[in-house]
Amino acid sequence: MRQFPESKVLDIIQSIPCPVYAPVEDGSMVVYGRYEDGMTLRLDKIATDKTPKDILFPQWENLMHFRMEGKTIELTEEKRMEEDYVIFGVRGCDIQAFKVLDKVFLSDPIDTYYAARREHGTIVALACTSMKDTCFCKNFSVDPSQPDADVVLWLIGDDYYCEAYTDKGRALMEKWDTREAEDGPVEWIKGEIDKKYESLPFAHLNLTGFDGEHLMEKFNSPKWKKLSMACLGCGSCTFACPTCQCYDIRDYDSGNGIQRYRCWDSCMYSDFTLMAHGTNRPTQLERYRQRFMHKLVYFPSNNDGMYSCVGCGRCIEKCPMNLNIVKVIKALGEDAK
Amino acid sequence: MNSIKSRALELLSDGTVKRVIGWEKGEGEADWSPALFETAEEMNSFVYGDYAGSNLSKYCLKFNLAEGKTLVVLKPCDTLSFNQLLHEHRLNREKFYIIGAGCKGMKDENGRLLKCNACKGKDFEVYDEIIDDEESRKPLNVFDRMIGVAELEKMTAEERYEFWRGELSRCIRCNACRNVCPACTCVKCVFDNPASGVQSKAPVTDFEENMFHIIRAFHVAGRCTDCGECSRVCPQNIPLHLLNRKFIKDMNELYGDHQAGVGTEERTPLTSYTKEDAEPSVVHERGNA
Repeated sequence: MRQFPESKVLDIIQSIPCPVYAPVEDGSMVVYGRYEDGMTLRLDKIATDKTPKDILFPQWENLMHFRMEGKTIELTEEKRMEEDYVIFGVRGCDIQAFKVLDKVFLSDPIDTYYAARREHGTIVALACTSMKDTCFCKNFSVDPSQPDADVVLWLIGDDYYCEAYTDKGRALMEKWDTREAEDGPVEWIKGEIDKKYESLPFAHLNLTGFDGEHLMEKFNSPKWKKLSMACLGCGSCTFACPTCQCYDIRDYDSGNGIQRYRCWDSCMYSDFTLMAHGTNRPTQLERYRQRFMHKLVYFPSNNDGMYSCVGCGRCIEKCPMNLNIVKVIKALGEDAK
Repeated sequence: MNSIKSRALELLSDGTVKRVIGWEKGEGEADWSPALFETAEEMNSFVYGDYAGSNLSKYCLKFNLAEGKTLVVLKPCDTLSFNQLLHEHRLNREKFYIIGAGCKGMKDENGRLLKCNACKGKDFEVYDEIIDDEESRKPLNVFDRMIGVAELEKMTAEERYEFWRGELSRCIRCNACRNVCPACTCVKCVFDNPASGVQSKAPVTDFEENMFHIIRAFHVAGRCTDCGECSRVCPQNIPLHLLNRKFIKDMNELYGDHQAGVGTEERTPLTSYTKEDAEPSVVHERGNA
């Protein structure tokens, strides 16, 4: 265990010899941006407005370019990431989200664009010594006091305590200006974090029955109609979600060829997975149901029980109509009246 | 406002209406959502009060062709949107039972809603009955809603350009503003149509999202009641209402004061022609104003 004063955190970040992505202010919002001098660092922000998913899986990216010359087609693939970088200050929920994304992008066939980004990144996590009422991560096997990362930081008083858990993490931390620290304070703060979590309104949700065995029962519930009525179909929840990973691949005529790109898509949209026969999700009810069934039923039944919700609470904050996953869990769960 | 709840329940129970659109409480104190009630039992969770900020007019489109009448609870400003939709023949008046609900200004977890700071008054443009009280008839303390626009007009063109570039650069094109907008009622939006070629799932240039908002403001000009829902729902905190208010201010100055959604006249400044109308050259005269 090592430690350094909180006031030195910018020096630490600036000393890292590769790009560092961290929570920074962007107007009235806090997003993960590439840190540059003059930016306002906001490590204190719980549930950043946009998530670190954007770094591993950007909202849009070019995949390849086609160019016709006479009868030949020249195909240029977009380069995979080759540069090391660091994501600094990631919370436990967002790290759990990386694991969800890994299940999707790193299982066969491996998504090489994602894999390259994942490989070149070193993750510095920050334990959650403070929380919001909208946090409910422990329901989904996240430990806010001990995120699973290359390096973990705990802010205790005026000091950051830090520990490296992987070779990548040790290589990074080696160069930091830190001093030897005792384990005691970190053990103490972990207990405090646990206590704080227990006081949150959504600390313990009853997820019994959200599994493959109850799939049809959940799918056919008459409650979806009422739950989905207010949904605008805006997709804010999917954009703010650290695990939503649906994308579309499109071709764009760039004037001198075809640019093939990938962009986020949202199951909340009417044109999502639109096929020649039309759509199999004709109204917002089916689209709304799809999103929550995916997070709470389909994903865990295909991935050894791993939910694709991480309890970050962003959908609670972002939904303009105050719809969210907690409401769904409560309405369809075993505790429902 | 228990009287609204009991009256709605009465009308649902006696079969006058088939369903009720109102609000119900969510998880947090301020987390109210629009909700559909189809049975007396469901009406148990009906609420009306300080957090009923959303404008339910747009939801009426969903039930315009449904069997039987739909009861909808509308605040004074919401009735402007409903009335505007009647003018545009998007809603059938016979299909709705409107309870005009008294409003003391609505809140969310951050305090009074931005739109309520520019309250347009306590009159109901369209209703079957009004349920309010003394308190809700008192006018609210409001700011001049054009202050923000006037500040933008004071900027140089370059400053204004930078202001909007900054604000609109945060747009994630979720289309919440479009979807909540009672003036945006196309059955199939061009941006949801894969055949249109302009779906804009990824921007070709970083100006595309900017243009989207400017063009959308043009499309709703003259029909926008300034209900403020676009800014309220934006997950990226973009002050979209300023674009709409700029259009309203310009139209008021060029064609005389007009509030979309008021009265029964279907012709609006932009859909009627008079010899006194401003000539296109006004753009050059006012251009950089």
